[in-house]
Amino acid sequence: MAAPASDRLILPRYRKDPAGTHPPLDSPGYRSTGLRHPKQPLVLLPQQLTEVTGPVLGPGRIGELDNDLTRQHEGEPLGQRIIVHGRLLDGDGRPIPDSLVEIWQANAAGRYRHTGDNWPGPLDPNFTGVGRTVTDSEGRYEFVTIKPGAYPWRNHDNAWRPAHIHFSVFGTAFTQRLITQMYFPGDPLFYQDPIYNSVPDEKARQRMISRYDHSRTTDHWALGFEFDIVVRGREASVFEEDE
Amino acid sequence: MTTPSQTVGPYLAIGLPWEDGPTVVPQGTPGAVWIRGTVFDGVGEPVPDALIETWQADPAGRFDHPDDPRGRVEGFRGFGRCPTDPDGNYAILTLLPGVVPGNDGKDQAPHIDVSVFARGMLNRTVTRIYFPENTAANAADGVLASVPEDRRGTLVATKTDDGYRFDVRLQGTNETVFFDV
Ligand SMILES: [Fe+3]
Repeated sequence: MAAPASDRLILPRYRKDPAGTHPPLDSPGYRSTGLRHPKQPLVLLPQQLTEVTGPVLGPGRIGELDNDLTRQHEGEPLGQRIIVHGRLLDGDGRPIPDSLVEIWQANAAGRYRHTGDNWPGPLDPNFTGVGRTVTDSEGRYEFVTIKPGAYPWRNHDNAWRPAHIHFSVFGTAFTQRLITQMYFPGDPLFYQDPIYNSVPDEKARQRMISRYDHSRTTDHWALGFEFDIVVRGREASVFEEDE
Repeated sequence: MTTPSQTVGPYLAIGLPWEDGPTVVPQGTPGAVWIRGTVFDGVGEPVPDALIETWQADPAGRFDHPDDPRGRVEGFRGFGRCPTDPDGNYAILTLLPGVVPGNDGKDQAPHIDVSVFARGMLNRTVTRIYFPENTAANAADGVLASVPEDRRGTLVATKTDDGYRFDVRLQGTNETVFFDV
């Protein structure tokens, strides 16, 4: 027996992204995907209450200097100081306010402050490479950091990752959760990088490249880069159809 | 247009873990249970560079979220986050979720939504944790019913001394059921 219509929940729905937007989990060019992608077909999960809600993570999760990666130590980190700013938007261009944005990155020499990273690039005692902030009422965020260096890995012969900053955002629903990487315009290493190139659609791939933003470049201080992050858009609310 | 997903890479542990990430509720909270498990790859090796995130209703089946049409109930974070250790293990301390209404007007069995991130994964995978004692509710659950019967067991945690065990097998024998949301 179906419940009376008055008991039905009216929920937002989130559109599927067009094919080619996201990388296939099985991407042989990135060798580590080999043993880490499901081989069974995914099962369709209809979006219900748990999927259209999500953690509300706002200002309580950040400290005062968390969005300035150049001021977290006694001295200044080495490297090219940059301002990375942009908006967190949904697929319809609506800003997502008061939402947590987390980043992590290598230092100017391409070295991470992580025990597993031991290639002979120098650590910088004045750089941790971790930032957090919360979007403002218009969905804007901003970090001050230094431009990360490229770094080598063992995926293929003489493999180097293009310079990138890892970004983690939540949006407002479980369906919108997204972790991505921000790249820099004109990087000569794109052509040989299987992670960047794992995104099938070329236009989608280019949405991971930040834009050099001279209007935010600050004289005698820092270069500006703009990077908008877009999570899945909503469909108009609909009543569930009666059975 | 949506920004593409990319891997968390091998160094997620510098950026994503929170001190209180694994504890959805503080230690000592009455009724709290540990959900522990190991993430395995396709040859059964533990995955030491993965991250588990959980999202769930409170024990009354309500969410601390403005889009819950029954009204927002504040106070239960509902979100857990734990990186795997060198042996591929994670642990989340939480309260058991309650029954949540489904879109069809029928109740859903208590469940926790899970995102799995790792080096070698270019996008998250999504799964759900169900609980073994809810025999009747699980049998009536629409999502579980949509999963091939011989794979349904991968979504049901097992009881332990201090809570539950829920292993994640990314590939291979007893591969965990992953969902397309
Ligand atoms: Fe990286």
